[in-house]
Amino acid sequence: MYTASDLRKGLKIVINNEPYVIIDFQFSKPGKGQALYRCKLRNMITGIIVDKTYRSIDTFQPADLEERKMQFLYKQDDQYCFMDMETYDQVFLTEDQVGEAKNFLTDNLEVEVLFFEGRPIGINLPNFVDLKVIKSDPWVKGDSVSSNTKPVTLETGYVIRVPTFIEEGEKIRVDTRTGEYVTRIKG
Amino acid sequence: MSQGLRDSILLRTKILQAIRAFFDQRGFTEVETPILLPYIIPEAHIDAIRTDEGYLHTSPELCMKMLLDRGYGNIFQICKCFRKGERGTLHLPEFTMLEWYHLGIDYNGLMDECELLIYTICKEVVNKEGIIYKGNSIDLTLPWDRISLKDAFLRYASVSLEDAIKQDIFEEIMVKEVEPRLGINRPVFVKDYPASMAALSKISCADPGISERFELYICGLELANGYTELTDIKEIKERLDNENRKRALMGKDRYPIPKGFLRLKKIPECAGIALGIDRLVMLFCNSAGIDEVVALTYEEI
Repeated sequence: MYTASDLRKGLKIVINNEPYVIIDFQFSKPGKGQALYRCKLRNMITGIIVDKTYRSIDTFQPADLEERKMQFLYKQDDQYCFMDMETYDQVFLTEDQVGEAKNFLTDNLEVEVLFFEGRPIGINLPNFVDLKVIKSDPWVKGDSVSSNTKPVTLETGYVIRVPTFIEEGEKIRVDTRTGEYVTRIKG
Repeated sequence: MSQGLRDSILLRTKILQAIRAFFDQRGFTEVETPILLPYIIPEAHIDAIRTDEGYLHTSPELCMKMLLDRGYGNIFQICKCFRKGERGTLHLPEFTMLEWYHLGIDYNGLMDECELLIYTICKEVVNKEGIIYKGNSIDLTLPWDRISLKDAFLRYASVSLEDAIKQDIFEEIMVKEVEPRLGINRPVFVKDYPASMAALSKISCADPGISERFELYICGLELANGYTELTDIKEIKERLDNENRKRALMGKDRYPIPKGFLRLKKIPECAGIALGIDRLVMLFCNSAGIDEVVALTYEEI
């Protein structure tokens, strides 16, 4: 159990049975009054951000979180299937739970699946993934205002801006944190 | 060392020199009292750091009042104080305090002296009559504004002071609604705290519901706390017992009552104030955090 004096940026606690991470923290103590612990927290399941103010008598349960290395197997309807590479256990996540990461998921990609009290709640991608360009319209000089990049479609369906020299069938590296092009993969 | 830190350390020295010159000119005696104490003054919301040999003082109040009884006259002290668990952008568990006591004046006279001190420091140190803090231009010319806590709530808060206390949300409203609006372009003394928040200040003769206590705010930053001192030892003891009762209700340990202090008959009539030096340096350096104005923090060691 945590007390208010343990609160700090990055700490993960349970509020109403859901895990939250403290993303901003401010200690205040007006005059000779009691201390206030002002937190901005992000719900680790919904992503919703809330403001809370606690006092020194408040206590908190640490969020029981676990990250497991798993492989993305396939998508069926709204369900994304992941497999533990040691135990071969399979878990399913909904499209909402996968979130933006769906733009970068390819078969057999290794990811970290986040579990809260034994239930999968989301995934962490590697910072960089390599993806194939499956559609690129031929580029004509003077086509576009921002003439040094063009949009292409990746194998996941994600549309991304890349330099004009990238062609259909080539592989590129993408930063999953920003969703932006990094480099061309040769070979 | 970064240029910003170098500047703030140099400025701190100049500010301390200006403070000493100010009190020297006015005939004050600089004193040093023990930091390690067998007893401390119990306060509901201030926790002391305990050692094998006693407590690290949370302020020099207790010892300086004993010196007043011994006839030291007007005194000031610049010292480190320690408060357990107080850490944030405006708090260090070990911080530097200026505390002074002026005989024969009340809190009004003390506010006059406090504003003159900071105005004088400003003239000496930056040779200006104002400062810029967090993008706000603050005019330090005298006299400064004074507002009762009740009126500050009426002006800035969504509830009255009375209701905030009744609903037990005083601190929340103070921190979120009132403090950020205090002293933005001119410093302001917030005064006349309810008798329930008197600490060791004298209750007003004119209105038994309020105490002669004030806090100084500059640009939302709480800098000093002062009052017309309660001088009757019997009444002081009742206040200390009351603070200990509040501590016990919150599940905190009671602090033993300082016996030597309570054997005194009466403290001379005076007004006393504690001013946070680190925050004052922050103001003059335009620093957003207290870490920026100290050479080292506990966490860095």
